[in-house]
Order: sequence, then structure tokens, then C-alpha cells
Amino acid sequence: MSIDTATVARIASLARLKVTEAELEAMVPELNGILAWVEQLGEVDVTGIEPMTAVIENALRLRADVIGADPLTGGGIRDQVLANAPAAEHGFFGVPKVIE
Amino acid sequence: MTEITNLGVAALRDGISGGDFTAVEAAEAFNAAVAGASALNAFIVATPDHALESARKVDADRAAGKALGKMAGVPIGMKDLFATKGVQTTAASHILEGFTPEYESTVSQKLWEAGAGMLGKLNLDQFAMGSSNETSYFGNVISPWRRSDGGNTPLAPGGSSGGSSAAVAARLCPAATGTDTGGSIRQPAAFTGITGIKPTYGRCSRWGIVAFASSLDQAGPMARDVRDCAIMLEAMAGFDPKDSTSLDLPVPEWEAGLNADLKGKKVGIPREYRVDGLDADVARSWDEGIAWLKDAGAEVVDISLPHTKYALPAYYIVAPAEASSNLARYDGVRYGLRDLPDGANLQDMYAATRAAGFGAEVKRRILIGTYVLSAGFYDAYYTQAQKVRTLISHDFKNAFADVDVILAPTTPTAAFGLGEMVSDPLAMYLNDVFAVPASLAGLPAMSVPAGLNREGLPLGLQIVGRPFDEQGVLNAGLAIEQRAGFTARPGKWW
Amino acid sequence: MAMSNYRIQGETGEWEVVIGLEVHAQVTSQSKLFSGAATAFGAEPNSQVSLVDAAMPGMLPVLNGECIRQAVRTGIAVGAQINKWSRFDRKNYFYADLPQGYQISQLYHPIVGEGEIEVILDDKDPEGSTKTIGIERIHVEQDAGKLMHDQHPTMSYVDLNRSGVALMEIVSRPDMRSPIEAGAYLAKLRQILRYVGSCDGNMDQGSMRADVNVSVRRPSEPFGTRTETKNVNSVRFVMAVVESEARRQVDLIEDGGTVVQETRLYDPDKNETRSMRSKEDAHDYRYFPDPDLLPLVLADSFVDECRASLPELPDAKRHRYETALGLSAYDAAQLTLEVETYQQFEEMLAAVVAESGKDQRDVAKRVANWILSERPGVLRSAGVAVDHPKNTPAANVALIVAVSEGVISGGKAKEILQAYLTTDTDLTAEIASNKQTSDTGAIEAVIAKVLADNADKVEQYKAGKEALFGFFVGQTMKAMQGKANPAVVNDLLKKVLG
Ligand SMILES: [Mg+2]
Ligand SMILES: [Zn+2]
Repeated sequence: MSIDTATVARIASLARLKVTEAELEAMVPELNGILAWVEQLGEVDVTGIEPMTAVIENALRLRADVIGADPLTGGGIRDQVLANAPAAEHGFFGVPKVIE
Repeated sequence: MTEITNLGVAALRDGISGGDFTAVEAAEAFNAAVAGASALNAFIVATPDHALESARKVDADRAAGKALGKMAGVPIGMKDLFATKGVQTTAASHILEGFTPEYESTVSQKLWEAGAGMLGKLNLDQFAMGSSNETSYFGNVISPWRRSDGGNTPLAPGGSSGGSSAAVAARLCPAATGTDTGGSIRQPAAFTGITGIKPTYGRCSRWGIVAFASSLDQAGPMARDVRDCAIMLEAMAGFDPKDSTSLDLPVPEWEAGLNADLKGKKVGIPREYRVDGLDADVARSWDEGIAWLKDAGAEVVDISLPHTKYALPAYYIVAPAEASSNLARYDGVRYGLRDLPDGANLQDMYAATRAAGFGAEVKRRILIGTYVLSAGFYDAYYTQAQKVRTLISHDFKNAFADVDVILAPTTPTAAFGLGEMVSDPLAMYLNDVFAVPASLAGLPAMSVPAGLNREGLPLGLQIVGRPFDEQGVLNAGLAIEQRAGFTARPGKWW
Repeated sequence: MAMSNYRIQGETGEWEVVIGLEVHAQVTSQSKLFSGAATAFGAEPNSQVSLVDAAMPGMLPVLNGECIRQAVRTGIAVGAQINKWSRFDRKNYFYADLPQGYQISQLYHPIVGEGEIEVILDDKDPEGSTKTIGIERIHVEQDAGKLMHDQHPTMSYVDLNRSGVALMEIVSRPDMRSPIEAGAYLAKLRQILRYVGSCDGNMDQGSMRADVNVSVRRPSEPFGTRTETKNVNSVRFVMAVVESEARRQVDLIEDGGTVVQETRLYDPDKNETRSMRSKEDAHDYRYFPDPDLLPLVLADSFVDECRASLPELPDAKRHRYETALGLSAYDAAQLTLEVETYQQFEEMLAAVVAESGKDQRDVAKRVANWILSERPGVLRSAGVAVDHPKNTPAANVALIVAVSEGVISGGKAKEILQAYLTTDTDLTAEIASNKQTSDTGAIEAVIAKVLADNADKVEQYKAGKEALFGFFVGQTMKAMQGKANPAVVNDLLKKVLG
């Protein structure tokens, strides 16, 4: 499967990466090279094989429903949450106006 | 007395607890080494005050007769992928330039609690994507090593933990943290003649480490010998309820368990790793490794890992797929760079911010990852890759039914020159061909220095073990280390 | 089983509407699905946001067991299959209310599979007007944050308090065929969730929102193209959306147009739906298993515990009220509609039984009437809300017991309650001082006087104007200040008047 400029442009848009025409042109052969190479996986007979779900056998733990049981993952830290924001306004994150 | 900066973790720890020198003296010595090595570009920021403050506390604790931690007084380098509270954390990207976390990663927190101090944040490949440390927004790291040809070609320190490997090799720090997604601890360790271990997936908490590929990322120590790695891994590992994939297991006393006597142990030699055209020096070094392990009492057997060939392509689907999603959070809203062109709406802002904030290799992988997950392609690429991953895991399981550890080269070649590979992403990816299978299977794996090639550059040997058997890996590594007698070090030119 | 014959009359004939609902119900929990931040409604912006919810670099999700427990309990309550192996996937898209750039949800392996619920289409006929609506699945996922657009001329503001709150997405089959069915389904679902306690059902606070999928077709033809109207937050609005959207589609098709599959928004002021501009972008969510989490495997004992913890559910309760308590289907349905109502009813019934020593079957109707009609009348005329602090179960029980033991009349009980709620009276004293008499001698004397004072009316009565009997009862009761036992008054009057 070979991808063309339009496909790369669509993928870039899906990934929210602004690309110039020149960048697009350069990316097409690169991505095609990589995709052609990974496609050798198609050779592998995977009949009856489940996709990997856990790298190392382990069970998902359930957390107790307690607020701030570990302060590192609790709330009530607005200043810390906003500390690095490019546009923190009145306790909110500011973004360009969205029209719904 | 030897210069303090020549000492490793164990020697520093013992020297400080024994009163041979103070932790502050150690911190000052390494701070000076860091300050004098800007030519290597190993650090993104130096944090001499952090190192000194930890050292003062250790000295005070010692004076007060308090028990000292496993890493008491040992100043280390911290890969700039670990969130450090109050200290800029960038993942070597422009998009996180200036980001100052309000939190400390679990692993770095554990190290500080064990008495270690921080010399600075180490350079790396951007978002840990790369094998040569040429994708950092903050410039290339230069390996302290040079070829013996008398030329001064700047060499790659490996990647992505290239700042870590260069700094440890250059004696700027006795040890450093690394992270390994597809070889990022082992490959740079091999390139710079140092030792590094990636533990079993889940041993070290991923909480607070900037994510690259969640199902592969694993932190580990990089140091100058096996014992130092064992000590530091003990300090880094342990169950963390904040990480759902963390292993709820006690941390073994790996240092105390070190034993280079391999009698009764079986070492597997995977025939698929003996690829056509394998570099002659690498092949020779592998044979030497086999001989050393036999000498240590191990029985050596040929094994087959039939799906080895497919590990790298599977990795280059799974890792970019996870990365494309993990890196979606860098959008200019809550932290990091924001690029808001005139008249841009929200989605334009995202696209502009991410275009300006990510480097070329990061974008390349995001695009690949986005593509393989997109409608109509998911099963052909991602599901297929995860099935192949299951097969690779089965290969190891079968092998470990017969053998205790597996021995292979860490990399197909010694370090290459900076700029020699950048134009060909695929050739660059092939660097990790021997390292990636163990990553896909989540297995503990280590690289130890094994000697020099014909150009005078280090080569590494890799030991892969069963899940949870870091001890077996460390012990085999120790057996090699004792026989390899690797004492070469780069001459100081920086 | 009632068949719906709701039809839209178009220019070219009749159309049938096909409706499916995806309901997002906020799971009742203290903390969020994957973080320890609080979930309470109405907090200061971004005050209930953890580093995890803000998607800081290196943050990881850890699953809240209570949310899983509530989803499983809900699944059992709708008779659904519980999947002991489920998994969380990432749904990837970029939006300012989605800090991670993906929502952790369950696409491929939801925790709850197929189930169904029975809805009542006519309140007046709860047993005869039911329809079964299929449930396709219930999965657990994260809520998004909130955007505010009206606080700044050029910026929208992001509040992440809701970001990461646990939701159950309950997906129905496209089994509904009228606005009434859609409304009844949502109401019934809300009732079940509130019984189970897995969602508070506060639709005005956004605890339940419905995505309404609507399509139209000629009766018995294949399904048409559907639209999805997002985040509709009341039963009434769901019905309005179905009506207006079906109408729009019919008009569109009949004008030669085609319905496009799209996301729409409902504008209650205009009572119409409109296309959502922000969602026009063709979506490709790139779902894949969240590598930060492992598959969720439930032990049998976990599911058993969930099952055992369920209360009696609405349908079972309603049927029990009819069979064991002898209530009418209508009363049983009304009493079981709201959790607060049935709880009060059962609490009062138990207290009345205990205090009066009567069988519950003998007093159930009286308690039901009191709760469904008598007391609401008092509250209305007193202008008092049902949660008035003096409107306690104890006060109500005292009045019901007094009536059922013949101490006071029903009418007196209402008067006493109204006075008690609105003035400073003592309930026990009021009951005592309004004790009705069954003293036949005293009553006979009063009757004699009433009849003598109204000799003309007695004549009319005897001439056949039997309606006047009530007048004599009223006059007698009035003369006795309401304290005569009405049954005795009735008997004696009948005897005297022949
Ligand atoms: Mg929906
Ligand atoms: Zn949903």
C-alpha cells in the first residue's frame, strides 16, 4: 500500500500537524519507505494468535473510591494545575474562541 | 586517593559512609566536571544546587548517626524525560521548553529518598525517539569517545539516553537514569562502554516519566559497572499504585544477590541474531562472551527465536501508534509552547503549536502512528503487529523453558559518526534490531561493555532474562564484566 | 404489548420514526474514574482537577473500583450480560475540553452487554401499555471538561472539573417508534438508575444526557439515514427533539433532499435542531486499547456481590404493591415512580402497621391515598413544599394511625396537618382535642336537631331527593365540629330517615 500526498495531508491534519507543501513532498517517500518495510509483518501467520494485551502477566487493580487518597493524584490544586498554562484567566485555561 | 569523579556508585556510597570524603565534596567534584564539559552537550540544564543540597543533608544525617539510604551522597544525572519538581522538564523538545512540573516522578523521588542528588537534566533524543541523540531540540550530544584513527569525527553517544551515556562515560556523573522503549538504555550504554539495565516491564513506575510508548517504556540505571546498576535499580524499582502496569512485587536485594558463578546455568545463543553480514568485530565479541560465560560455569546452548526478524517492524508500528496518542496532549492549552497565528481558531492553534514544537523525527512517528491506527488500516497494521508481538513473546517463553539467560550483541555495530545516518531513518532504526525483541516482550535486559572494535570504540554484549529475573541478568553480566576486564575510557578532549 | 402507531403525515403519505438513545449517565462516586479528584457538582472552576485530569506529562490512569461496581450493578438491573473480561480503549480526537487528546472509553469490549427494559407508555394503564426496549451495551468512559464561550470577547474558557468524571454510556437498540416511547424509555432508565443508586439522575445538572438518534422511513421499509442530536437533558426535550427532527427529515426528503448522517444540537428556544459546526470534521477516532491500562477481569465473587447489593427494582416493587398490598396498578405505579416516594411510603406503612397492629394489606390503601392525594392537597393549599421540616414521617404516621383507628376523621386529619405545618400547634394535642365521638346518644340528639331545623329538606328527601343525604351528614358533622365518627353518623341518619 503506497500513500500519496493527499493521504499524508489528511493524516497530518488528523494529527494536528501543520505541514508545508515542501514538507509534505519530502514526507511521502519517507513514510512510504517505512510503511513498505513494516508491511513484511503481513507474511507472518497469526492464525489463532491473540494480540498482546499485557506485556507482563498482571491484573488490573481497582482503586478505592476516596478523594485525594494520594495527594499526587487528587484535586484541589488549581494553582499547580494552571501554573504552566500559556493563558490562565480567572482560574480557567484560555483558548481561542470556539464556536459550537 | 583516586579522584572522586573516577568513583562509581558503590565506591562513593562506601567512601561517604566510611568518612573518606563528604557527600558535599563528591557533589562539588561532579558539579565541576559537569560545568567543564559543555562541549559534550550532555546536560540540558545543570542543577548544582540540587546536588549540593542533597549532599548536605546526607552529611548532616551521617553526622547525626542516622541510617543512610542506598544512594546516600551519590550525585546522579537525570534524563530529562523524568518530571522533576521545580526543574524544567522538556523531553528535549521545544514544545515543553520552559515547562516546570509541579510534581516529581516516582522514580526520581525514590532516588532522592535513597539519598541521591541531581547534577542536572540530561539531554536525549526528542521524546526519546532516536538512536543517536540527534533529534534533541537542544542540540546533539557528542560522545566522549573518538575513533583511534586520529580523526576527530564527532560520534553518536547512542540514543535515546545519549546524554546519560555520554555523561557517565565521561565521568561527569557516576550514574544516570535512562529509559528504554526499544533499546534506549542498552544501545547508548554499548556505544559508550558503560553498563545499563532495563528491568522487567513494570518494575519501575512510569508515573511522571514523559510517555513515549506506554507498553514499552521502562526506566533503568546506567552506570559504569554491574554492581552500580544493581544498587541504583534497587533504589529506582518498586510497586507504585499510581501506575496501573506497575508490578506489585517486593524489590529483591540485587546487590547482595550478585554472584558471578554460573555453574548449573544455561545460556541460550539465538541463531537468528547471527544475521548475514554481521560486523566481524561484533561477531568476535559475541564469541568471546560465549567463552567467558562457559568459563563462569554456564552451559551454552543454541536456541531459536524464530520471529526475531519481525520484531523491529512490529515495534515501528506499536511504538509510533502509542506515541501518536500519548503526544496528543501537547496542544498548547495547559502547558508548554503555544503558537497562535493571527486569526487562528482552536484547531489551527493545535496544528501550528505542534508543527512548531515537535521535531522532524517526532512528527514522522506521529504520522506513522496516526496512519496505522486510522480507519481501515488498524487491523492490518496495529492488530497484526500486536499478534506478532504475542508470537515474539512466545518465542522467548519457549526459549526460557530451556535456558536461564540469552546472550547476544547489544548493537549490530559500534558507534557511528554524527550525521552519518540521519538521512536514512530506516538505517537508523536498524540500530535497535537486537535490542527491540526484549522490549516487545517486556523482559529484563542489560548491556555490559565487552571490549573495543578495530576503531577503538566500545562494543556491548546483551543479556536477556526471564520476566522478574533481573538477578540472573545481573549475575551473567557480572561474569562477563569480570572476564572482559574492560578498563578503556575516552581520553579527555572536552 | 402496545404497538405504537405514531405516524408523521407527509405530503406523500405516512412516515414512521425510528429512535435509538445513547444515554450518558454520571456514575455516582466520590472521586473520578481514573484520578482521586472530587466529582461534586458546582465547585469553583478547575478546583477539582488533578494532575492526571489535566493530562500533565507522565500522568497515568488508575481505575476507580466503585465506578466499575456501579456499572455492573446497573447492568444486572437491566438484565444484561456482564462481561467478565472487558478493556479500555482510547478514542482519539482534539478538542479543548479533552486534555489528553483522547477519551478513555470502551469500544471493542464493553463491561456490559445486551439487556432490556420495559417501559410504560400510558400512566393511566401501567400494566396494559408496556413495551420492551433493547439495550445494546453499557460501557464506562471519562467525561470531558466544560467550555465557556461568553466570558471573554475572543477566548473560550476551559474548566476541567468534569474532565475524567465517570460516565456510563447506555446504548439502546433502535427500538423506539414515537416521542412517547423515547420519553418513557429515558424516564424508566432514570428510575432504574436512581433505584440502583448508580446515578443521581439530576438531569438539570447534566448527570444524565441523551444523544438522540433519529431516522424516518416508510412503515416497514429499511431504516433511513439517522442524525444524532447531542446532549439532550430532559425527557421533555428528548420528545421534542424526536418530533422536530423527524418532521425536518420528512420535509427534507419530500422536498427531494437527502438526510446526511451528522451530529446536531437542539435549541429549546426555537424547538429545532441544527447541524453542529464544530463536529463537521470527518471523524476518525483511531480507537486502540489504552496501553496504560490492563484488561479488566472481574471475579465471579465481585459480580455476585454486585447482584446481592441490588435493591428491589421498580417493576418488581410495583407488582408487589399490587399483589401483596392490594393496591391498584395506578397507585402502585405512582408510588414507585420516585425513590423518595416509595421510601416514604414504605417507611410510613411500616410505622402505621407497627403502631396500629393492623395488617399491611388493610392500611396500605389508606397510606397510599394519604401520600398520593390527601397530603399533596394539604401541601398545595398550605403552600408548603414536601420537604418542609415539619412534614416528618412521624407526624404523618400519627395522623394516618389516628384516622385508621377512628380517632379522627380523614377530613380532620387534613385540617390538623395544614394547621400544624402553617401555625404553631401541637400535633398530639390537636389529635386529642379533635377526637371524634361514636357516642350514639350524643349524635342522635344532634341529628334530631338538624332534622328539626330542616324539616323542608326532610320532606324533599322523603319525596325522593336522595342527594340530600349528604347535606344531613354535613350539617350533623358541622354541628359536632367534625368530631363525630362519620360512619356512625351515616348509620344513624339512615336509620332515622328510613
Ligand atoms: Mg454518542
Ligand atoms: Zn460516550
